[in-house]
Amino acid sequence: MRKGNLLTFLILLGLVALLVLVPQLIGVRVVERIATALAISLVLVVGLQTFTGNSGILSFAHIGFMGIGAYVSAVLTIPVQMRGMALPDLYGVVKTLEVSPYLGMLIGGLAAALVAAVVSYPLMRLSDAPAVITSFALLVVLYTILNHWSAVTNGPRTLFGLPNATGLPLAGGVAAIVIMVALVFKESRIGMLLRASRDDERAAAALGASIPVLRWRAFILSALIAGVGGALWGHFVTSFSPKAFYLKETFVILGMLVIGGMNTVTGAVVGTFAVTLAFEGLRAFETSLNASGMFSEQVVGITEIVLALAMIGMMFLRPGGMFASTEIGPLLARRFTRTKS
Amino acid sequence: MQTLIQFTIDVLSLGGAYALMALGLVIVYGILKLVNFAYGELIMVTGYGLFLVNGSGLPWIVMAAIAVCIAIATGIATDYVAFRPVRSKSVTAVLITSFAFSTILQNAALLFISPRPRNVPLPDFFSQTVEFAGVIVPARNLITIVASILLLVVFAWAMKKTVLGIAMRAAATQFRMARMLGVPANLIISSAFAISGFFAGVVALLWIGRIGSVTPGIGMEPLLVAFIATVIGGMRSLQGAVLGGFLLAFVNTGLNYTLPQQLLEFRDAFTFTLVILILLWRPDGLIRGPATGQRT
Repeated sequence: MRKGNLLTFLILLGLVALLVLVPQLIGVRVVERIATALAISLVLVVGLQTFTGNSGILSFAHIGFMGIGAYVSAVLTIPVQMRGMALPDLYGVVKTLEVSPYLGMLIGGLAAALVAAVVSYPLMRLSDAPAVITSFALLVVLYTILNHWSAVTNGPRTLFGLPNATGLPLAGGVAAIVIMVALVFKESRIGMLLRASRDDERAAAALGASIPVLRWRAFILSALIAGVGGALWGHFVTSFSPKAFYLKETFVILGMLVIGGMNTVTGAVVGTFAVTLAFEGLRAFETSLNASGMFSEQVVGITEIVLALAMIGMMFLRPGGMFASTEIGPLLARRFTRTKS
Repeated sequence: MQTLIQFTIDVLSLGGAYALMALGLVIVYGILKLVNFAYGELIMVTGYGLFLVNGSGLPWIVMAAIAVCIAIATGIATDYVAFRPVRSKSVTAVLITSFAFSTILQNAALLFISPRPRNVPLPDFFSQTVEFAGVIVPARNLITIVASILLLVVFAWAMKKTVLGIAMRAAATQFRMARMLGVPANLIISSAFAISGFFAGVVALLWIGRIGSVTPGIGMEPLLVAFIATVIGGMRSLQGAVLGGFLLAFVNTGLNYTLPQQLLEFRDAFTFTLVILILLWRPDGLIRGPATGQRT
């Protein structure tokens, strides 16, 4: 790793450490829950960055892989005596197999990666708009399957009974690992070739980069992280329905990545922090509006509208996001050396 | 024989609607090479337009015209809000702005109208059935077939013969060259969005005619249909969009007829598998159009 990148990693790690430590000092339950959710979002957004940031192709399917991770882990970890109630039609062996939540998260991630490896290979030949459209279609298909495969997912109804295994330290730890993986991947041979293909597809191909294979590998890594993130989330909320893995969630994750800057890991991290904090503020505002009874009906959707406006505004002013092309480490290092000379 | 006629009518009516949806998406993509994610919301807006003018006492056809005009206006607004400011920047930027614009419209509908379905006024003949060659078919299916064929013919003629159509085709082939020869870029693009809005509006009337009510999420399925149809048919070609629409309708209807009940819920998954197979065979879709990446 180059010097600047080490600095990047240390700064981002410091942010995650703050995220884990501050709520524990404050000791308020709500703050801790928000911080945990933020750490899980970090996993998801940085996971999306490993594919979208390096390949330059927007992927809408990410949340679908998050769903796979969450459901696979759920099916394997819901206590056996409860499972008969939650999922009565489950198939043979799985019915009695129970693993620890940590193993479940790992298997969830691997399952998502496996599905991604099988499904995505032909899609990686596409570029630009068709690539985005098919990833969008893939999201819809994954959602359709989650929503209708009643034997495994309990259909559109809520699946309950997951052991509560995700605490703030675990979520923060996974987020730190994922950030490291993303930084290393970005500087690896695959990552660099992929970024070359992002900047100029023809030139990279002419230099011998096999673009579909590169994209495919990044996509699998990204799906693996999404699966782990989904399982973490599942063990955090302990009950969920397929609705959680659809457009609304996709939009939030995408908003975080885009506002922060999708080409850099720093951007992904900073964007997640910024959007989560803004979101919590807006949600509190929405709740107080509803509680005050000012309007006859429930007020919904303000948070999404504000996020959408922020995304449009960011695209107008700085289409690359807050950190468009350089990570925080080299950025600081450059400024430091410049002032010295 | 009866099943065959029934099947043909089903495919043609669904395919006509699908083809119009796909065409509305491709007319913008063809010129700008940019995908309009807010396209489904044009259909939603038409539905709410119908809902809002409901009870005004106007004849239905006038209400429908007003609703289509709202869709056209929203289409042009999409250009101004989501496309024009970022047109020269990256493909991703426009994808995001149009996705964000679609979210704004949807949530505005949630916020200002209601998350619950709202009934829209429909003329009586939409719910009637007619007997055709020994098969009973809903009248709206025949209306869809007639309307879509009529629109496709008029559109094909307009693209070939009118000044605007020729200019649009020129812009879709070589945008920069077309501009140098005096084709006004912004006018062409706004016209493309207006036509896109018009197609969405007409499709919305036919689509909502099947359902009878409108919800904030109603544009989702038409958007997906348009996406898949255009990817199959070829993103850059207008003929490809029409072909993709009919092909998708054929596959969907075929699956409806042949799949057992418990697998029918997964129909989208089967359709998508087919899309992957087609893309493996032809990554550019069935019909290749002109290839340029210019939009400034």
